[in-house]
Amino acid sequence: MSFRQSIEGTIPALRRYARALTRNAETADDLVQDTLVRALRSEHLFHGGDMRSWLYTILTNLNRNRLRSLARRPAMTPLNEDDAPDASGPEAGRRDIERALALLAEEQRAALLLVVLEGLTYREVAEVQGVPIGTVMSRLARARIQIKAHLDGERPALRRIK
Amino acid sequence: MVDRSPVTEDELHVYVDGELPADRREAVEIWLANHPDDAARVAGWRAQSEMIRSRYAAIADEPVPRRLALDRLSRGWRTWATVAAAVIVAFAIGGATGWMARSSATIAASSSGLEAMAEEALTAHQLYIGEVRHPIEVAATEAHLLPWLSRRLGLQLARTPNLQAFDLTLLGGRLLPSKKGPAALFMYESGSGERITLYVARSTEPRSSFRYKVQDKYGALRWSDGGYGWVLSGPNDKSRLKPIAIAIYEQLDNRGPTPARSSADQLISRRGS
Repeated sequence: MSFRQSIEGTIPALRRYARALTRNAETADDLVQDTLVRALRSEHLFHGGDMRSWLYTILTNLNRNRLRSLARRPAMTPLNEDDAPDASGPEAGRRDIERALALLAEEQRAALLLVVLEGLTYREVAEVQGVPIGTVMSRLARARIQIKAHLDGERPALRRIK
Repeated sequence: MVDRSPVTEDELHVYVDGELPADRREAVEIWLANHPDDAARVAGWRAQSEMIRSRYAAIADEPVPRRLALDRLSRGWRTWATVAAAVIVAFAIGGATGWMARSSATIAASSSGLEAMAEEALTAHQLYIGEVRHPIEVAATEAHLLPWLSRRLGLQLARTPNLQAFDLTLLGGRLLPSKKGPAALFMYESGSGERITLYVARSTEPRSSFRYKVQDKYGALRWSDGGYGWVLSGPNDKSRLKPIAIAIYEQLDNRGPTPARSSADQLISRRGS
């Protein structure tokens, strides 16, 4: 398979990951677009290996950069919490998990989504995030504790924890 | 024979995520049968995973929007590349006069130019990271750091990479001699005092991917791009250096988020939307 074809085959998964990561369709596709542009330009930096992991790495880094520049503009808030009235049923469940994800620290959210949604192994996530496997595992553990607390109805007290 | 040693919380996560070896899986299942609290936790985590999947899985089945078609994107990219090429040419003209012409004959046909550069960078790294009082010549806080090094190298160093994401703060830089002409060394320091250096000099090497080199207990990643040769030196830990090198590569490409999206980025976004 050619370089381009293997990029192309990954786009649907990248969109899924980006959507869950950003919880915003427009932002997510912007992120995927930036990722693809960068990957196309950086073909010479890709020497074999797993194309999927490489693209997830680019996307994860771009998103981290995006959040960092958002953080410098306090007028913009990435959390979309107040536009949906409470309801019950499956719609509410969808929003619950979205909000629970929104409350996680960025690197916890990325680690959890890469494992749970994208099916990467811990080792692959460690490479994507550039950290030891032990760090990936503690991010997963903290993410799950936080999500449980949110779903159980607690106010998450440790929102900014790393 | 089932391994009946107590099950740790880490193992429960590994179990839920399907990464536990088969011979241990059975032990965990026996454990869960006898530890209802752990069983409830595991069930809760599984339910979370299920919620995430059922919320987002369908997105991968949507048709890919036209703006993400690779053909369209590489058109935008070519436009961008033209801009970049023009900029690089401008840099090259700015600095190509003196030593470049003198040394081009010796550089030519040296396929190991980058290798030699990495060696010199690692030697400088080893020497200067040990300096307590004078690790650098000009501090990052002095405005003339970049103009000075740019002028001496004949390169337009618009900014130094921001490596705060890796807990690395720029201390400053120094000018170094090398066989191929002047080089610059930037030094970064982490909160824990670990030092990492970034070495840059002109290079006639073609664009290359990252290559790793080890010298004593230090490691260096080198690459070349657009007439610049770069060497990032630090501890002999490739997995630590690589994300830093990638971040540097991205930022120096003027496509990083700091300080702002480049006009080329905006161009691509506009075209794509």
